[in-house]
Amino acid sequence: MYPAAFDYVAVHTLDEALATLSEGDEDTKVLAGGQSLIPMMKLRLATPTKLVDINRVPGLSGLDVSDGHLVVGALTRHNDVVNSDLVKAENHTMAAAAPWIADPLVRNLGTVGGSLAHADPQGDWGSVMLACGAEVVAVSSSRGERTIPVTELFVDLFTSALEPDELLTEVRVPRYTGPAGGTYLKLERKVGDYATVGVAVHLQLDGDRIGQAGIALTGVGSKNIKATQAEGALIGQVPGDELFAHAGELAAAAADPRTDVRGTAEFKRSVVSTFVRRGLSEAASQAAGQVVPA
Amino acid sequence: MEITVTVNGVERTADVEPRVLLADFIRTHLGLTGTHIGCDTTSCGVCTVLLDGTPVKSCTVFAVQADGRSITTVEGLRTNGELSSMQKAFKAEHGLQCGFCTPAMMLVGKHLLESNPDPSEDDIRWAISGNLCRCTGYVNIVKAIRAAASESKGVSA
Repeated sequence: MYPAAFDYVAVHTLDEALATLSEGDEDTKVLAGGQSLIPMMKLRLATPTKLVDINRVPGLSGLDVSDGHLVVGALTRHNDVVNSDLVKAENHTMAAAAPWIADPLVRNLGTVGGSLAHADPQGDWGSVMLACGAEVVAVSSSRGERTIPVTELFVDLFTSALEPDELLTEVRVPRYTGPAGGTYLKLERKVGDYATVGVAVHLQLDGDRIGQAGIALTGVGSKNIKATQAEGALIGQVPGDELFAHAGELAAAAADPRTDVRGTAEFKRSVVSTFVRRGLSEAASQAAGQVVPA
Repeated sequence: MEITVTVNGVERTADVEPRVLLADFIRTHLGLTGTHIGCDTTSCGVCTVLLDGTPVKSCTVFAVQADGRSITTVEGLRTNGELSSMQKAFKAEHGLQCGFCTPAMMLVGKHLLESNPDPSEDDIRWAISGNLCRCTGYVNIVKAIRAAASESKGVSA
């Protein structure tokens, strides 16, 4: 299968990338890992007229801690996250999600920034970043840099808040500031399939009560869904099974799944409820394990 | 556009349209038909090649992206007329039936052993989880990669 013809520009610096994007229009697309874009082009679901290949731009890849954030370069490959000791130490939700993304070969090319910019409701990183309260940095040649909270990044199906001349350069995930935990649960029919349901959770304790809660859902709506009511029900409460089951029900109510080959809407809602309960329980155990006895 | 790619150690220059997929470039332009095309939708993994040493699905990479980089295909596994330890292990352990997935499986196995010379069965199954085999049930493929690991360890010890 061949995509429609397009112009290809391999850029070598950030300035060159931004200049090329500013000359383009809505049919100019950034080529990062290409693991979602190229399949869509082959199926002619996407027909960009120009691709700007940013893979040779230095400084867009890597994981680092800076200014209270775990900073993820946009070109960081999924497998870089899988293999990162820094991520294992810093963010349990990310560490749990990374090995579930696609398959090992796709993870060698696919990027964190590309996944978020693609705004696919089946994207695992979208839910992780919503649950963890992350933000992305977007740069354009004419307007400079701006920060977009991930809660404002996903507009609709395959539609992000990025302007055509903007490049997503990094993702900033707040570091834990107390005992915290998180995980990602995903039901898939086989390795590499889209999620039937995915659930990202994040919890941070404030004393013996929940100080921060993040819950987000993959594959059960037209975009990744942040389950704000379920999160709100957790804040200020003492962690416990009944509370987590209640949060699971609220999250299931926030889901908007469709019946398809992966299961009925009813089944998917039920999985959301169960995954949220299990995920919160695991996150709470992780956080409790970090509490230093008085 | 003109691209130069080092394929199995040999520099090759060609003029390709940007939309030419790396898998087609390797098979049609270079005539190296050991790289197969199966699903053509990033699922089956039979088109796997090593791009700068890392396994990727070549049906989901444009040839122009490989400009200036190096590619290893199954044809590059043999050195000086000798089968590699991975190829010998696939032969000895009957790690193939129809052979369609075999080039990809051996390349993934080679990459695995470079980073993990003594993989467990789980490590091997994890590594090949992006590659489909419709004949063997994977058992002999796993055995073959395990045998290649033992062979390599024997040599280096």
